[in-house]
This record gives sequence, C-alpha cells and structure tokens, in this order.
Amino acid sequence: MSNKKQFVTIKGTKEGLSIFIDEACSFEEAMADLQEKINAIRPKEYEPIVSVHVKLGNRYLLESQEKELREILNHKSRFYIESIDSNVILKEDALKWKENSEIKAVRKIVRSGQVLEITGDLLLIGDVNPGGKVVSTGNVYILGNLYGIAHAGAAGDRKAIIAASYMKPTQLRIADYISRAPDYESDGVYMECGLIDEEQDKIVIDRIQVLSRNRREISGFERRILNG
Amino acid sequence: MGEAIVITSGKGGVGKTTTTANVGTALAMFGKSVCLIDTDIGLRNLDVIMGVENRIIYDIVDVVEGRCKVRSALIKDKRIEHLALLPAAQTSDKTAITPESMKEIVDDLKQDYEFILIDCPAGIEQGYQNAVAGADRAIVVTTPEKSSVRDADRIIGLLEKEDLTEPPKLIINRIRNHMVKNGDMIDVDDIVQLLSIDLIGIVMDDDEVIKASNNGEPIALNSSSKASIAYRNIARRILGENVPLQSLDTEKGMFYKMKKFFGIRS
Repeated sequence: MSNKKQFVTIKGTKEGLSIFIDEACSFEEAMADLQEKINAIRPKEYEPIVSVHVKLGNRYLLESQEKELREILNHKSRFYIESIDSNVILKEDALKWKENSEIKAVRKIVRSGQVLEITGDLLLIGDVNPGGKVVSTGNVYILGNLYGIAHAGAAGDRKAIIAASYMKPTQLRIADYISRAPDYESDGVYMECGLIDEEQDKIVIDRIQVLSRNRREISGFERRILNG
Repeated sequence: MGEAIVITSGKGGVGKTTTTANVGTALAMFGKSVCLIDTDIGLRNLDVIMGVENRIIYDIVDVVEGRCKVRSALIKDKRIEHLALLPAAQTSDKTAITPESMKEIVDDLKQDYEFILIDCPAGIEQGYQNAVAGADRAIVVTTPEKSSVRDADRIIGLLEKEDLTEPPKLIINRIRNHMVKNGDMIDVDDIVQLLSIDLIGIVMDDDEVIKASNNGEPIALNSSSKASIAYRNIARRILGENVPLQSLDTEKGMFYKMKKFFGIRS
C-alpha cells in the first residue's frame, strides 16, 4: 500500500469526518481506494455513527457514480453522509439554478381565469384580479392590487413570502399551506406580506417591515447560496 | 372601409343586445351607415328589440350556407336611414357558423357600412369566438354586480388575445343610483379601477328601456329618457367626440338648483 498513491484521504475536522477524494485520478481508482480504506477500518457494531462530509474538489459526479459512492460508504460502516461537496456543477444545473433564483418582472393584469406561472421569484407590476392566479416557485412580489390567488414556493419552499402593495386576496398559498379570506366583508391592507409562521403553523399577514427580522435572506439567490 | 365593433359581456342578461340596438340606432341617427349583426344563433333577440321580427326572410346561417347573398338577408330599418340588421337563425345552433365565415361576412359588409355592430352571445365558447372573429374593436358591457364584473374581467382577458386595434372599452349598464348611494352596489370608480380599461359610457337603470324593447322601438329613438341620452353619448364617444359622463344624480327640482346656486346646503 505504501507504494500506491493515496487517492482518498480521511481527516477529522471540527464538523466531523471529512473524506477528501483526489480530483485527478479516475473514479474507479478512487472508489477502489475508498473501498480498501473502509474495509481496513471494519467498524464494530457498538461504535457510534459518524457523520462524514465528502469533498470532491473539482470532480463532478454522475448520478450513478454518486449512488456507487453512497453504497460504499453506507455498506458495513458506521458512516452517515452529511454532505457531498463539489466545486463544479453541470452547465444545465447552473442554468436551472439561475432560473430558480432569478426575479422575473412581469408587467400585466392577471384577470379572472388567467394563471401566471413562474419559476423563481415573481415581480408582478400590475394587479391580480378576483379569479386570477399567480404561481411561483420562489417569492411573489406584487406592485399592485392582489385580489385573486397567489401561490409562493409552489415547489415546497416554506420560507417563500407573498408581498403586495394592496392585499385583499381570495386565497394565499405558500408551499402546502393555504389560507383564505374571511367570510365577512373586510377591507384590504396596504404594503403587507404573507408568510408562514412556524409557531402558529399557518400563514399570517404582517407588515412588510417584519421581513427584515423574519426572512433576512430574502432574495432567493442569497438564500440558496446560504443553504447550499 | 367600415369598422366592426363587437359588443360582449361574458355573462348573460346584462344588456348586450339592448346596447347593440341602441348604440347602433344612435350612430345611425348621427348620419352614419350602420349594420347590426346578431350572432346569438338559436336565441336571437336583436330583431325583436329592433321590431323587425316579422320581416326576417333569410338569416346569417342562410348566408353562410350559400342560400342567399349577404345583402338580400339584411333588413333595412324603416325609421332611420342607413340602419340594417343581419338576423341570427333561430333553428340552428352556434356551430352552424365558423369564425372564418363570420370574418368573411363582416369584411364584406365593411365595404358598404361605416359601422358594423356585432351582438355577441353570452358565454365564452363557439358563439363568442364567432362574434369576435371579425371585430376591430370591442365594447364590454357589465352591470354593477360582482358576478357580471368577474365575467367582464374574464372576457377582457380573452379579448386581449384577439387581434384588436385598441383595448376594449367599458359600458356599465343598469346602474341604480339609490343602491350605489347606500353602498349596496359597486361603485363605478371601483369597477373601472378593477377592470382597468377605459369607460365609454354609463347607463342608468330605466323602466323605459324595457318598455321600449317590448314595443320594438329602441329607446335611443325617444329623446327624453335618461338612458336614451346615455346611449347617444356612447355613440358620440365612439365617433371620437369628447362628451363628459352623465351625472349619477337624478334631476332635482328648480328649488334645489337655486339652493345649490346660492350655496345653501339642504
């Protein structure tokens, strides 16, 4: 083993164990080396489960390769994969990422029966009339009146918010939460936003100013960078 | 070369046909040549309101199916010059004509008439598509009721996709002043703000309109009633004149006017 180049290095860091995989060797070589190292450790049943971070450097893993890596690490070991980090992503993924994190400005009136669907954040300059609907995977900002239905975080992002200059919606939807207007006739509110309140486990409407406290990483891009 | 205007609403019973009859009559009274087309096949009404029901020989379906020429199906109005009506068929249904054949008829009539007013049936299906096919401009009729404003909004959304020369215009029909004052009816301003298209006229709810319709005499012919003035104002606005909107208040007596003049609050 001494005459063999080390492709896989395991180090203990303050976050737990980190497995560094050399980015220059072939994937097969690296996996063979990793398998060998795992076999050499041969953990005991009573040992605690250790979380590991896999650092790939400038290597891109195909889906099948990632599966193989996970299989090796999970099989007969006490490892739990916390994260797999790579410095590179596919152009395709990068474009998708960009699309998901962009703010798209749309200038129109969403009228009854019309649905406006957007990936990423929506900035609507215009109204959403009763019976109209806007859907976005990110946040919804409306420079105008919201009378219809707004759905933010449609792909399941519960941190998404809905903000409008004037709000009198028939329904607000964020991720899988739905709230509807009261049955009695009520006045709308100016410059407010809807967001999910974790404690009350429902959508609440509050002044836009609370966002600086509750949703600091308001831009989708920032948020995704922070969350990886 | 004339201009085709479709009069539509989405919801039924808001006064499309009455509006078509009266605006058309008013335009003809101002000396324009006008042709009205009823596209509500199977439920024709325009001929009844115009009082020419018993003069129908051929209808629009006969024209489409080639049984007669467009000009021989037209019914000329006897009261006003240059006003004609192309009636709908009562025996077929909306599928009897297609948007293409409709466009052909309208383009043909544009050669002879300055204004073609197309009375659209309720709904957003085939009948609506036929009616809109040949139009250059659109007028949306609504009443100050939630349901009809919703449908107007839907129709405006659909009209935006059509090939029109300008955004649709709005007529608010059957306004009952006392109800608006009590807050039981939606405000004109609120409707205009919500629909965000230009208002081309408001028409008060007027018993005379029903009476006139039943007599087959469009109210626009009768000069004294408030609704009649409203319809004539709409016609003038269509012609490009700048006419202020009618005030909502019903006429007060001489005494009230005097008091107002001297600034005494009643």
